[in-house]
Amino acid sequence: MDMNSFSPMMPTSPLSMINQVKFEDEPDLKDLFITVDEPESHVTTIETFITYRIITKTSRGEFDSSEFEVRRRYQDFLWLKGKLEEAHPTLIIPPLPEKFIVKGMVERFNDDFIETRRKALQKFLNRIADHPTLTFNEDFKVFLTAQAWELSSHKKQGPGLLSRMGQTVRAVALSMRGVKSRPEEFMEMNNFIEIFSQKINLIDKISQRIYKEEREYSDEMKEYGPIHVLWSASEEDLVDSLRGVARCLDQCCKATEKRMSGLSEALLPAVHEYVLYSEMVMGVMKRRDQIQAELDSKVEALTYKKADTDLLIEEIGKLEDKVECANNALKADWERWKHNMQNDIKSAFTDMAEENIHYYEQEQIVDFLQLQND
Amino acid sequence: MEQAPRDPERQLQPAPLEPLGHPDAGLQAAVSEEAEGARDEGSGEGTMTENNFWLKKIEINVSEAEKRTGRNAMNMQETYTAYLIETRSVEHTDGQSVLTDSLWRRYSEFELLRNYLLVYYPHIVVPPLPEKRAEFVWHKLSADNMDPDFVERRRIGLENFLLRVASHPILCRDKIFYLFLTQEGNWKETVNETGFQLKADSRLKALNATFRVKNPDKRFTELKHYSDELQSVISHLLRVRARVADRLYGVYKVHGNYGRVFSEWSAIEKEMGDGLQSAGHHMDVYASSIDDILEDEEHYADQLKEYLFYAEALRAVCRKHELMQYDLEMAAQDLASKKQQCEELATGTVRTFSLKGMTTKLFGQETPEQREARIKVLEEQISEGEQQLKSKNLEGREFVKNAWADIERFKEQKNHDLKEALISYAVMQISMCKKGIQVWTNAKECFSKM
Repeated sequence: MDMNSFSPMMPTSPLSMINQVKFEDEPDLKDLFITVDEPESHVTTIETFITYRIITKTSRGEFDSSEFEVRRRYQDFLWLKGKLEEAHPTLIIPPLPEKFIVKGMVERFNDDFIETRRKALQKFLNRIADHPTLTFNEDFKVFLTAQAWELSSHKKQGPGLLSRMGQTVRAVALSMRGVKSRPEEFMEMNNFIEIFSQKINLIDKISQRIYKEEREYSDEMKEYGPIHVLWSASEEDLVDSLRGVARCLDQCCKATEKRMSGLSEALLPAVHEYVLYSEMVMGVMKRRDQIQAELDSKVEALTYKKADTDLLIEEIGKLEDKVECANNALKADWERWKHNMQNDIKSAFTDMAEENIHYYEQEQIVDFLQLQND
Repeated sequence: MEQAPRDPERQLQPAPLEPLGHPDAGLQAAVSEEAEGARDEGSGEGTMTENNFWLKKIEINVSEAEKRTGRNAMNMQETYTAYLIETRSVEHTDGQSVLTDSLWRRYSEFELLRNYLLVYYPHIVVPPLPEKRAEFVWHKLSADNMDPDFVERRRIGLENFLLRVASHPILCRDKIFYLFLTQEGNWKETVNETGFQLKADSRLKALNATFRVKNPDKRFTELKHYSDELQSVISHLLRVRARVADRLYGVYKVHGNYGRVFSEWSAIEKEMGDGLQSAGHHMDVYASSIDDILEDEEHYADQLKEYLFYAEALRAVCRKHELMQYDLEMAAQDLASKKQQCEELATGTVRTFSLKGMTTKLFGQETPEQREARIKVLEEQISEGEQQLKSKNLEGREFVKNAWADIERFKEQKNHDLKEALISYAVMQISMCKKGIQVWTNAKECFSKM
């Protein structure tokens, strides 16, 4: 079983972990293990929020210790994601779970929601850890190791909010231009991700719907078996047959519950992650287009001799490098992402098929036994 | 899994016997062609066998259903379904069957036949008809009587009804039943000529008896409770089954959506494309497999429904017993009171209130002659009453004996049939699992090749 995330119950030695885990691209070199657990509710006068415990175990030299334990809240994850996007605008940053679930939520903090979020946050951090570039990001290291006050002061450094906003406005204006001059390979990428996003969203909805239907089926089945037991009370000769059927139906109920938990543990989170991932990728495409557009606008300015030529040529030189870096980074990361996507999807659906096979096999056994008794 | 078609070889004796309790059948005896009695449910087992000296076996099929329009009693146009009943006689030696009779009947004629049987065989648990309107429907099934699936299931149910009647040792000999199978025109008039509707016990009378009877046979009281429980538990079961079927349908069909989306997705994938495409195909197969599965389950539900309706037939027999018993009790009571009156008149003591007593007080005592006359009348009535009571007693005991014999026969049939139905249900489930395993194994292979 492919393990990109862990249960909290892991042995303590990082070296022993290396032997147990099979992972994405560097089978023998994994040296950073992260778990997210123990959600805790905090109530202040202003707000209520949840923190999660993050345990990091590593053998890397650049870390001061081999084990770290910190508490982080969702806002901190958002900050980390923002920093990573800033530092690597054309790398595909893993997605965070949604801020709020719009539909069907009664409380913001019900148990299922927290558990789903915890798993997704763990996945997020491990994806970063497994990424050949992002894993060495300084903010990532701070996130994993700094105590609360250290993190706050670290956050205050770096470009302020206002300058970031200014950049965004300019970026939007540029992105339109960037689309027109997009090289062929990125056009393909864009087409792919648009259709992929549509399809994965549909699959997400279908999978959720299947879960819901199975839940309702299981609820009805709970009533079905006991009726046969009730009936057997008034029939002398049919007691065995009726009780046998009741047993079968109860087993079927249990098997359905298992099938459902298989769905909610494996397929549903996997598919949903790719729904969010596809949004990330589309964002990355836009940013690449913006960088391209910056170059194009300078080149245009040079053509029409709008400003100081020498300065422009220097700027263009820098931008050309920037574009080339961005494109290469994206291309490489795209390949990596696609490869992972294929594996993850394949694994998720194969597991689902396996669950279903197991479900029917279980049922079949029970039914055979019932027949034999008759 | 297919339901084995229920058309075993049936016996049919055209020679009528007088139905119990009916003094004048008014029916002609036909040429006595003897028949054999054995119920064969395709597995070769018989629940009842009679002396094997009958020469010919008969097969009954309700083979077709046809939509028709006609005019009803109020001369308004109506649409109804007619069913083709084919009767074949089977040569014992070589098993060849020859079509002997073939006619069309509609549901209302079946109802007429059954109502006739109910009146003339009150001690028999008369087989029920398939439901008049679709009940216990889940969303896919139409509640419309013209829906082809409903018509098909009704066709099977009607055939089953005829086979049940034909395999009943007593009912199979009824002339009206014979004519139902052989005489298309004029049958309705023939039935009505028996005047059975007039002989039917009124509902009100029956209800009254049920409340007022003092000493019904304990077994019938227990039977009544049993039939109430049976009816209640089977309806509950059928209702839940319908809901479960609905949900199961939902689960399967939603998987079909994967098929479409996988197919569209496969268009943009180079390596995953084939795997996705073929996995999608298997999802479609999975989604469509539920239709056959649930259709088979519907036949199982029909088997249960038959016994749901049989519960009503059981209650009818109990009601008849209560009615007869009540009648008996009333007759005995009446006789006792007349005897007492007679005694009082004879001895001159007035213990009971009587109108004569009152008028005597008001208008003066009657003459000895008048008194003698009254005593004589009463004595005649008492003697008549004693005769009647004797015959009612005899009738009552006969009824209990015969009814109970049929109830025992019914119990055996019920246990056998229900057990088989439950087994067939388990077999259906196994088949469903087999299909599921196959589809998902195929799908898994496709996924693993992605």
